[in-house]
Amino acid sequence: MSTETKYSSGSNLEKVLKSGQFAFTGELGPPRGTDVDEVREKARFLKGHVDSVNITDNQTAVVRMSSWAASLIAIDEGLEPNYQMVCRDRNRLAMQADILGGYALGIRNMLCLSGDHQQFGDHPDAKGVFDIDSIQLIALVKQMRDEGRFLSGNEIHKPPKMFIGAASNPFADPFEWRVHRLAKKIEAGADFIQTQCIYNMPKFREFIRLANEEGLTEKVYILGGVTPMKSVGMARYMATKVPGMDVPEEIINRLKGVEKSKVAQEGINIACEQIEEFKAMKGVHGVHLMAIEWEHMVPQIAEQAKVLPRPVFD
Amino acid sequence: MIVGEQKPLEEIWEMVKVHKQLTVFGCNTCVAVCHQGGNKEAGILASLLRMKATQEEVDIEIVDSGIERQCEHEFFESVRDLMNRSEAVLSLACGIGVQFVATKYQTLPVYPALNTTFLGDVIAVGHFTEKCQACGDCVLGLTGGVCPVSRCCKRLMNGPCGGSSNGKCEISKEIDCAWQLIVDRLEALGRLDDYEKIPPLKDWSKDRAGGPRSFKLEDM
Repeated sequence: MSTETKYSSGSNLEKVLKSGQFAFTGELGPPRGTDVDEVREKARFLKGHVDSVNITDNQTAVVRMSSWAASLIAIDEGLEPNYQMVCRDRNRLAMQADILGGYALGIRNMLCLSGDHQQFGDHPDAKGVFDIDSIQLIALVKQMRDEGRFLSGNEIHKPPKMFIGAASNPFADPFEWRVHRLAKKIEAGADFIQTQCIYNMPKFREFIRLANEEGLTEKVYILGGVTPMKSVGMARYMATKVPGMDVPEEIINRLKGVEKSKVAQEGINIACEQIEEFKAMKGVHGVHLMAIEWEHMVPQIAEQAKVLPRPVFD
Repeated sequence: MIVGEQKPLEEIWEMVKVHKQLTVFGCNTCVAVCHQGGNKEAGILASLLRMKATQEEVDIEIVDSGIERQCEHEFFESVRDLMNRSEAVLSLACGIGVQFVATKYQTLPVYPALNTTFLGDVIAVGHFTEKCQACGDCVLGLTGGVCPVSRCCKRLMNGPCGGSSNGKCEISKEIDCAWQLIVDRLEALGRLDDYEKIPPLKDWSKDRAGGPRSFKLEDM
């Protein structure tokens, strides 16, 4: 995409992407309690190593500290949050209220998600809200930003100006329709896309080829999702237990092929090789590193992936 | 049709055992099709309850009966006397029938023998599946005749989500991904362009969000 200097939000991530630089974002899961220090500690590993950090929203449908609250702690630690919001837990009133509140207190990026089904989490008997879906949530955030209006049509006094993110899973079915669903998210108003963790590189290359062919990568910034494997067990779990995940056998074999003490490093090596390829791949504008409960490894991974130093804007 | 499933016998027994007389009352339309609440099932359930009463040495007179539909006044004409001498009714109707009895006979205790489960069809003998949520604002015209409200576990209007795999839903391999079915159907109809359209937000005020619904024919 061509470089731009007109910004729709006050987001650092937006500046990085619009300046044409390769973006590098991280992820931070809020605690299952009220321990602020736990968030601060994770944040310190990420600070200076990523452009923005996704703060997950009751990830895998397990109750955690609310994503906006953890986002504010991240801001306090000098990190830029990417506030995740799922459709599972809020109706349209709560969504709009949280967007106003989040923006008022300094949140500038949002990632709009459907959310894992509540059956996967710690409250499987909960009622899933799903008042609107993720594509409609994207359109909602855009309407609030660009038209300054609530869904009701009523005017917003000082509208929230969010940089709008969405997710894409190139590995879910039907494969040939994933690009069309991506197109819908762009049409709804997504500024950037973070993909599901990529392990099947041939399939991802094909997805990006189709997205390039459709002209989608000219309309949206795509950040490839990368999660380094910590162990063979994790790779097996991802391959068989996580919905929408595609882990080829050769990844598992490569991890199995090294000494046990070197498996984690091999996982990082695989991730860094992927990042190298993404840097050169037409239509990919950055990487979203999801180092799940491995935040302390982010500085080392960022170093090895040669994505440091991160750009700084005045 | 409305599909229901009989409650466990123990749960039913705990509700009704305090009475001296009980009418086990079938509803011979929807819930008869799924072999849970028809007049025949009322007879079987009455027998089971009599056995239970004998086992527990509880003195309770149990009779069984039934009508075609427990949701319309006219069908109750034939059981007027029975209702008058009943001390309590165990209704095998859906929740609608149970409430109809409760409203019609203000001082007569009525208990549900069924859990009303869903609005569905009979895809094979003895196999019933949910197909409608009575959302009050039908979108089947947009989705190729496959309902995302009742059949997508997240009620997505723009699916499939990232959990769709080999045509199945992320929550169970037993559940078809509704959006895979929608895409397949639109393709078969040569209407794939419809997939690209973003539908308007769902108006849930026409669903239960707007409170209990009703409509009245003006010319009747």
